[in-house]
Amino acid sequence: MTAALRVLEFNAMGYRRVWRGTLFSTFLSPVLFLAAMGVGLGTFVDQGGNGALGPFSYAAFLAPGLLAGQAMQTAGFESTYPIMGAIIWDRTYFGMLATPITVPGIVFGQLGWMAIRMAMVSTAFFIVMVAFGLVASPLGILSIGVGVMTGLAFAAPIMAFAATRKNDQAFSMIFRFGLTPMFLFSGTFFPIERLPARIQLLAEILPLHHGVALARHLCLGDAADRSDQVVHVVVLSAYIVAGTIAALITFRRTLVR
Amino acid sequence: MATSSEPALIHARGLTKRFGAFTAVDAIDFDVAPGESFGFLGPNGAGKTSTVRMIGCVSPVTEGVLTVLGLDPAADSSRIKSRIGVVPQQDTLDMELTVRENLVIYGRYFDLSRREAGRRADELLEFVQLGERAKSQVEPLSGGMKRRLTIARSLINEPSLLLLDEPTTGLDPQARHLLWDRLYRLKQRGVTLVLTTHFMDEAEQLCDRLVVMDKAKIVAVGSPRELIEQYSTREVLELRFPADAAPSDASIFDGVASRVEQLPDRVLLYADDGEAAASVLHDRGLRPETSLVRRSSLEDVFLRLTGRSLIE
Repeated sequence: MTAALRVLEFNAMGYRRVWRGTLFSTFLSPVLFLAAMGVGLGTFVDQGGNGALGPFSYAAFLAPGLLAGQAMQTAGFESTYPIMGAIIWDRTYFGMLATPITVPGIVFGQLGWMAIRMAMVSTAFFIVMVAFGLVASPLGILSIGVGVMTGLAFAAPIMAFAATRKNDQAFSMIFRFGLTPMFLFSGTFFPIERLPARIQLLAEILPLHHGVALARHLCLGDAADRSDQVVHVVVLSAYIVAGTIAALITFRRTLVR
Repeated sequence: MATSSEPALIHARGLTKRFGAFTAVDAIDFDVAPGESFGFLGPNGAGKTSTVRMIGCVSPVTEGVLTVLGLDPAADSSRIKSRIGVVPQQDTLDMELTVRENLVIYGRYFDLSRREAGRRADELLEFVQLGERAKSQVEPLSGGMKRRLTIARSLINEPSLLLLDEPTTGLDPQARHLLWDRLYRLKQRGVTLVLTTHFMDEAEQLCDRLVVMDKAKIVAVGSPRELIEQYSTREVLELRFPADAAPSDASIFDGVASRVEQLPDRVLLYADDGEAAASVLHDRGLRPETSLVRRSSLEDVFLRLTGRSLIE
């Protein structure tokens, strides 16, 4: 689909100007998180441990969850303000639609670009994890793909929502009441089995837990139960597909009158 | 011209656009011939932009027939769009990109190779006199420069039809004249221009033929000259009176002009010979504060057809 590739190219052209700045922060963030929470807090947890994490250190348990969480944060940003900018502030999409670029071209091109951003962030995170010695299985490299899927599972529905907004007020709500609690209670820092049953159920319905669990199993190489992995992939895919369909609808509604 | 045997480049019959219960364009008919400069004139909210957006295939037709370049916008929008250029009312420039990058990426949307897009970008930047700003960001450019960049961008696919929605609104006279000059050159190259405006001088400068729209309908069609002949007189005599000193009895104007319009502080007399009318009134003892004879303009036609009251 040429139109989608062109929209992707547009994003890449803008990114070319800022990539040096983001490269540094992309690596800095995992280093800080893993140093503070993995090594710092982890030493504490491991010393008082009751073997709940099996043979693995807390840092090794935590790192893949943070990778998925970071992909979610990236998705949250990329699918809100830039979308609003292209619809309302700069009206870039209207410029595109005056050319052979179509609404599906915009939606898929934008998702494709976000997938690339998520792959960049997840790869950087994975490199830092390897440097910290936190990847036990060669299958761990697939967690980069999990990062992309997790990111898209958020990006697609959030961009569908963003296209319905007239201003950016709702976006900080998404972060404050959506993404941040999810980051804390989706098994990133501790297994969701520790949560009250109802909240555990909620965590299992939402996408982040599935990205976290999948990335963790791949990095630790402890995937005992295959069917669990399938469930994770299916849930993430369902969010991506449903979100994409919603985005096709809301984008058309907003952009074509 | 309209009488040409060539098939119309744009053909509309009963063209209608509704937004819910609101009718923006109400069953209008028009044809635009190849190479013609065609204007939509009308007050704000008359339906000009909605019409141009339907021609540009970015707004679905509610009812009626519309063909553009012989194609149906509902079925062939991408093919139509690949052959037209659009200058929208509000700029849609990419603020993150430089002036030149804005043109190159736009060329890419039309599937030009990077090399070809770059070549055309450099050429167009010279054409709109922005060559020296190629590497600067878009944000700090003046309104006139942004508008020129938008026009350059609309030409990147070498369109045979250019749609301009209020191309010079908000620009200073220098920028407007530069834009008119560039548009006139395009017209000479055979590009068909379709523009909306509420500036009469712009319509007189650029349009071979125009329609006047009011309240979603077309109220008049013709060349600027034809419209003036049909809806106004050759000259207008404008008489200004000091406050409250205007003649209370309008019968003093009887037989002097083909139409008399009395405004709060002025009287407009539409006559073929303004001087003659002025001397008759002088003989009748009328002593206005100032008296001015001018040629009738499209503005007179416009105000006659669409009324003087403000449209809010």
